[in-house]
Formats: sequence, C-alpha cells, structure tokens
Amino acid sequence: MTDGTLPIPKAQSPFRRFASEFFESWIARVALFTLLAIIVLALAAPWITPQDPYDLAQVDVLDGRLSPGSEAFAGYTMWLGSDGAGRDLYSAILYGLRISLAVGVASGVIALIIGSLIGLFAAYAGGRIETIIMRLVDLQLSFPAALTALILVAILGKGIDKIIIALVLVQWAYYARTVRGSALVERRKEYIEAATCLGLSHGRIVMRHIMPNCLAPLIVVGTVQTAHAIALEATLSFLGVGLPQTEPSLGVLIANGYEYMLSGRYWISVFPGLALLLTIVSINLVGDRLRDVLNPRLSK
Amino acid sequence: MTATLSVTGLHTHFFTRAGVVKAVDGVDFQIAPGEVMGLVGESGSGKSITGFSIMGLIDDPGRIVSGSIRLKGEELVGASDEAMRAIRGNRIAMIFQDPMMTLNPVLRIDTQMVEAIRAHERVPKRDALARARDALGMVGIPAPEERLRAYPHQLSGGMRQRVAIAIAFLNEPDLIIADEPTTALDVTIQSQIIHEAQSLCKRTGTALVWITHDLAVVAGIADRIAVMYAGRIVEAGGIDAVIDTPLHPYTVGLLGSVPTSNRRGERLTQIPGMPPNVLNLPEGCAFRERCPRAAAACHAQPPIAEPRAGQVVRCFHPHGQEASR
Repeated sequence: MTDGTLPIPKAQSPFRRFASEFFESWIARVALFTLLAIIVLALAAPWITPQDPYDLAQVDVLDGRLSPGSEAFAGYTMWLGSDGAGRDLYSAILYGLRISLAVGVASGVIALIIGSLIGLFAAYAGGRIETIIMRLVDLQLSFPAALTALILVAILGKGIDKIIIALVLVQWAYYARTVRGSALVERRKEYIEAATCLGLSHGRIVMRHIMPNCLAPLIVVGTVQTAHAIALEATLSFLGVGLPQTEPSLGVLIANGYEYMLSGRYWISVFPGLALLLTIVSINLVGDRLRDVLNPRLSK
Repeated sequence: MTATLSVTGLHTHFFTRAGVVKAVDGVDFQIAPGEVMGLVGESGSGKSITGFSIMGLIDDPGRIVSGSIRLKGEELVGASDEAMRAIRGNRIAMIFQDPMMTLNPVLRIDTQMVEAIRAHERVPKRDALARARDALGMVGIPAPEERLRAYPHQLSGGMRQRVAIAIAFLNEPDLIIADEPTTALDVTIQSQIIHEAQSLCKRTGTALVWITHDLAVVAGIADRIAVMYAGRIVEAGGIDAVIDTPLHPYTVGLLGSVPTSNRRGERLTQIPGMPPNVLNLPEGCAFRERCPRAAAACHAQPPIAEPRAGQVVRCFHPHGQEASR
C-alpha cells in the first residue's frame, strides 16, 4: 500500500488557521483590539475610576455639569466632565459599559441557546411542527425589534433582569431562523444519512452531528445580534423604560445629557454616545470579519 | 440454511404530485450468510430504493406499499421506528457511494467509530476504542492508532471508504448494503476495496448486497447477481451463469456494452432508446420498447421463468431458448 507509509500531514490546527486568516485585515485587528480594550476597561472599572457613580455618598450635586478637565470637589480631575447629578462621566461611562456589555452578552447567549434549539428542532422535525415554528418566527420578525422590546419592557417593568428577558424574547427568532436554514442543508447531507444508518438516537444526531456543522453562521449572527442587543438596551434606556437612574447604563447617560445639548454642555451626551458607538462598531466589524473568514464562498 | 435476508414481493412507491412513481415494483430475492449479491441496474432502476427499503429509510412521499422483508426470519416491514433503529448499524449496516460525504467533517474518526459501537452496546470507551482500532486494521489501514485521531479531511478518498467499511463491520452485522461504494474511487483503489470487502464477508459470515451499475465490479465480487430494470428484477442467478449465458435481452444488451480486451476494434453494441419514464410505466414488459425481441405477447407482464436451474428470468423470449419462440 503506497499510502501506508506516509504520515498524516501535520495540519495547522483549525483554530490557528482561522486566527491567522482573521488577523489579515487591519480593520479587524483594530476592531478586535478596541473591543478588547473596552471590555478590559469595563471589567476593571471599580479599580481605575475615581468615583463609584452608584454610591450616592460619593456623588456630589455640587459637582454637577462641570466641563471636561475641571476639578471635582473631592479633589480629582474630571477629564470628561460631569453630568447633572454630579457623576464623573469617565467613571459613569465605564460603569455604564459594564451594564451594557453584560446585558448584551447575557441576552445574546440566552437567545442563542433557546433560538438555536428551537431552530434545530424545527429543521429536524420537519412537517407541520416546522411550519408552525417558522411562521411564529416570521410573525415575530415582522415587527420592529425596538417596538416589541418597548411593549415587553412596558409590561415587565424596569430592571436588568426584565431587560434581558425582553431582549431574549425579541432576539431568539433570528437565531432560530439562521440555525434552521443551515440545519436544513446539513440534514440532507450524506453523513447525516450515514449516522441514521448507524442507528444513532435522534438527540445524538441533532446535537453531535448537525449542530456543530451549523456553528459558523451562528457565531456571526451571535456577534452582530449582541451589538444589536446593546443598541436596543441603550434605546430603551434612552426612552426611559430601560434601566433606572440609579444604575445608569450608557442609554441613561445619553438621555440625561440630552436636555443640556442646546445649552452647550455637549459632553454629558456626547462622551457616553461615543463610547456606545465605539463598542457597537467594533463588535460589528469583528462580526463582519468573522463572516468573511467563516464563509468559504467569500474566501479567495 | 436459513437465508439472512429474504425479500418477497417488495413494492416501494413514491406518491408525488405528478403521479405514483413505482420505484420498486415487485422485487424478490434471498441472500444466504456470507453470500455476496450484486444488484445491477442503470440509474433510476430502483436498486438504491431497494436498499433503502431494507434499511427502513424511505422518506415521504415514498412508502413500502406491500411485500415482506425478513432478516433471519424477522419481519422488517412495519417494524416500529425504535425497533428499526436498534437494527440499523447493528444488524444491517450500510456503505455509501461518496466517502467524501459520509463521514462527518467536524468529528474525529475515533469519535464517530466509538459512537457507532456505543449506540448499540454498553461498552466502556476504552474497549470501544480498541475495537475501532482492530476494525481499522482489518480493512487494511496502516497505523490505525494514528488514523483514529485524524479528521476525515486528513484522509484520502480510499482511506475514508475503508473507514466507512470498518464502521459498517464494527458491530458484526448480519447484512451490509453497499450502495455503489467504489464508484467515487479510482480503479486501483476500487479493486483493493472490493477485495477487502469480499474477504471480510467470507470471514465473518456477513451477507453483502453490492448495489452498482458496473458489471465489471460485480463480476469481481459477487456470488450471485440480480439485474434490475424499471423497478423489477429481470434476471437473477449465479454470477458465472448470468455473465456467460445471459437470458434476458436487457442483460445481453448490458454485457454487450462493456468493452473487453478480446473484442478489439469492434464497435460496442448499445441498447437503443432511453430508460422508460417511471412515472407512467407501460403495461407489460417495461423493456419491450427497446427490446430487439419484442413481440405482441410482451404487452402482458412476463412471468418469472426458470429455464435453467438457478437462473430466473422475466421474459417471454429469453436468449438461448430459441425453440420456444
């Protein structure tokens, strides 16, 4: 046997290959670096900020609406100024990022799990069950996400947990549709038929054989949807139905500064807005690059 | 000796919008343990559907309309999904045409083999791995230990088909259905695979249905051969008898269209016309429109005749029986 003596080619591990391809684009490098920096800053917020904006004892109303670079009553410099309640904006933005990221990631992950299970089930079950589930998805997607979320939050009330529930309910349908699409393709492939011929159980075929092959589009949709969830949470908070004033997320901060915009105190809205913009854009750019790398049809 | 598999009067029809497709329309055959049967026919003759009917994997809108499939005496037509699942991969295994497609690209070979064993038996993982390694060695894969840890894309087509065959033999099934397993391989690998499969069957007593359109392959591996045309077996018998003295005009035509070295420079004969549209098969013999021996009698369905011992044919005017014409 001629092929017998040849060793198996030591292939680059799939992850290494994927990573090197990902970093070919400088935009992706910058976006990923920005995103990581934002995450690190948000996580380290309690240790690198001069003020805890949630601790009312540290917030002094006398510091209210100070321009960037002013000195606070407590002695530290407010590089980004302060808002109407006397919160240091630099501290508030980092704490706000924590909330925004947490809400986005938590709702993204929960919606991803629920949505993809539903989508896999629909694709595998087929027939009437699939039709019912997918029409439900269509119905859900035919309403603007912001509107549905607004109604849900109005019903559920304020609070991080309620926001997450609302965002999950809004987003599961995207995942379900994506997974169902790729699962339908996978299901028709011969190795699924071969797995059936091995007498494997349905659960095993779905979870071990179909699901891993649907992961690529799921990762991309997951990234983009997380950015979407962060924007949606900011929207809800900006409209005053999201998070309470005592736990300011980026949306709340922007809303707080909105009334001062025309009086020249731009910084109260603009800096949190920039932070939000930077976060969402960097996540989206990472997502775009993931899509380019994971989609074999787009690669050269 | 009881037959491993006996199929009688199998009818598998597909109820499509355009009409009923009688993909398998009355198929009978039996296979003894350790026997290799070649199921030959052109595309659309119903040979693959026969295989899937035995596996119980006919999807909507198809259905086994009537007939019986018995595995060692046990009826499979109408068996519950759960019962069929216990049989698939355990007592009947299948090998597919394209080895590039039948292994899951994201799972390692060992994962796929171990799960095939553990789907049917409670064995510790280590024992299952050992069995997988032995199986790979059995089909002639060198350094099986290493290959176990490989992903399918790291192996060549022939290697992968060997892995697929090893998986089929893992649970020592009574029957293996191989659906054109060598069509996607190049000729040198083909003969190795055929040799490997044949010797494994003799050794383990596993019966093998080898579905193919390639008469040369069948001649190399099968003990018996059944020729299918438009959903029916038109001729069946021992491999030498059918190849040397075919009875049915269709078999004669098939054999005439195979190039051989002792007919150099001659034109190959071809069968005129096209395979019939299975959507509305004409009454009577489906081959009569292309048959050089067709006569008025062919408008009726020819009965099964056994003009020679052990060689059956479905024709009013079989070759070699000129007196009866």
